Amino acid sequence: MIRLDDVHKAFGDHAVLKGVTLDVPEGQNTVLLGFSGSGKSVTLKLIAGLLRPDRGRVEVDGATVHELEGPALAELRTKVAYVFQFAALFDSMTVEENLRLGLVKRGLPEEEVRARVTESLAVVGLEGTEARYPQELSGGMRKRVGIARAVALRPRYILYDEPTTGLDPVTSAVIDQLMIRTRDLGVTGLVVTHDLRSAFTVGDRIAMLYQGTIRQVGTPAAMRESTDPVVRQFIEGRPGLEEAAA
Amino acid sequence: MTSPVATRLATRSHGALAEIGRGIRLGLVALRDVPTWAPQLLPQMRRLGVESVPIAVFIAVFTGIVLALLSSYIFTGAVPLYFVGALVGKTVMMELAPVLTGMALAGRVGANIAAELGTMRVTEQVDALETLSYDPASYLVVPRVLAATLMFPVVTAFAMAVGVAAGWVASTNLLDLSTPEFVKGLRQFYRFKDIWFGLVKSASFGAAVALMGSVQGLKSEKGAQGVGAAATRAVVLGCEAILVLDAFWALVLL
Repeated sequence: MIRLDDVHKAFGDHAVLKGVTLDVPEGQNTVLLGFSGSGKSVTLKLIAGLLRPDRGRVEVDGATVHELEGPALAELRTKVAYVFQFAALFDSMTVEENLRLGLVKRGLPEEEVRARVTESLAVVGLEGTEARYPQELSGGMRKRVGIARAVALRPRYILYDEPTTGLDPVTSAVIDQLMIRTRDLGVTGLVVTHDLRSAFTVGDRIAMLYQGTIRQVGTPAAMRESTDPVVRQFIEGRPGLEEAAA
Repeated sequence: MTSPVATRLATRSHGALAEIGRGIRLGLVALRDVPTWAPQLLPQMRRLGVESVPIAVFIAVFTGIVLALLSSYIFTGAVPLYFVGALVGKTVMMELAPVLTGMALAGRVGANIAAELGTMRVTEQVDALETLSYDPASYLVVPRVLAATLMFPVVTAFAMAVGVAAGWVASTNLLDLSTPEFVKGLRQFYRFKDIWFGLVKSASFGAAVALMGSVQGLKSEKGAQGVGAAATRAVVLGCEAILVLDAFWALVLL
């Protein structure tokens, strides 16, 4: 289980997270909603150990992430895969090499590596792209390769950073289906997005991050019925949130 | 009572030393991760070293010619002209080949590393490496620093040979000097130390240039502008490091 307990994070004078507390239950997709710049991606990076909190605790399966170093941190990263907003594929490598990199690091035999590459590309519907470079792929295809890279590792958790941002509705729907399929394979997902359609499609639980704290957490149905003025206005996409929150 | 300035200086020095200590510790950890950096080493040696030979040779050719003409201008009427060979040999091998090659490679290699790693940083490729359980220092920094340390002396050796040869060609064609006279001057003051002194220096220049490029690249932020700034800083700091190391080796080895 992933657990954030009173997590604070600031960059210089700018406090981004001001006491985030959130549990991410196993076997579900939890969606973290919020505005651009509200600290959603920072939350994911804290969970992946790419950033350290200024205060509070981030735990994955009982281990405090920022206390881990060396082999212990590497062990944590075998459990937690990350799908980056712009895929973050290695642009000097082919699709196949991108997928192989993490598998080789885990010391898997060559046969297993090849099987997983093929299988993961099939899951995201990109068979036959092994020899292509990221710059030869569309934005949607790159995101799917990013998901394939994560799926290939067979992690317990996948952190999705804005997986559908900037994609056309059809490609977004494909990505949504991939996230649902991955959850059905038993992988716990934490999806950061401000795409409401995607959030209500993939989310088993939805949390809203606002002004550095979790404003509300609940099922999609509960969030739709929320009476919280901030949540309501965000869901309805109406301007004037700052006034509503005050 | 301790003055506030002294307190601030002490705090900063302590901070800088702690940072250096942390850097050394992380570097040693990265160096021990041989399976991660070893496969990257040969490609980096080719990219940073072999592909730098043309620019080093270009610089060496003109350095050799100018040195021959300059020394002839200085010596005429005062010193026998065969000393041109001595001056060209000593200066090219001990100073100009290592330093000018180092400076040129600080631009080519330092900027290249900083821009590449900087782009990887701002496009989250470095974060992606970490999430795949790779240590960016092992995967990105160690092979580049080792490759530059090993290959700068090789490129410098080429520059030494070409620089001396260019000086000889210039002396025999543009000056009133024969080949035996040039060689006499070259051999009269030659010591093996002239060569290894230059090569040792250039190895340290390679390490410094690659390290500056890597550190500046990995510290990049704020998109393309940040990457450009990192590349500029890498070149400037690389050149400064070369000059400081040049003085250091002169003090220690001469």
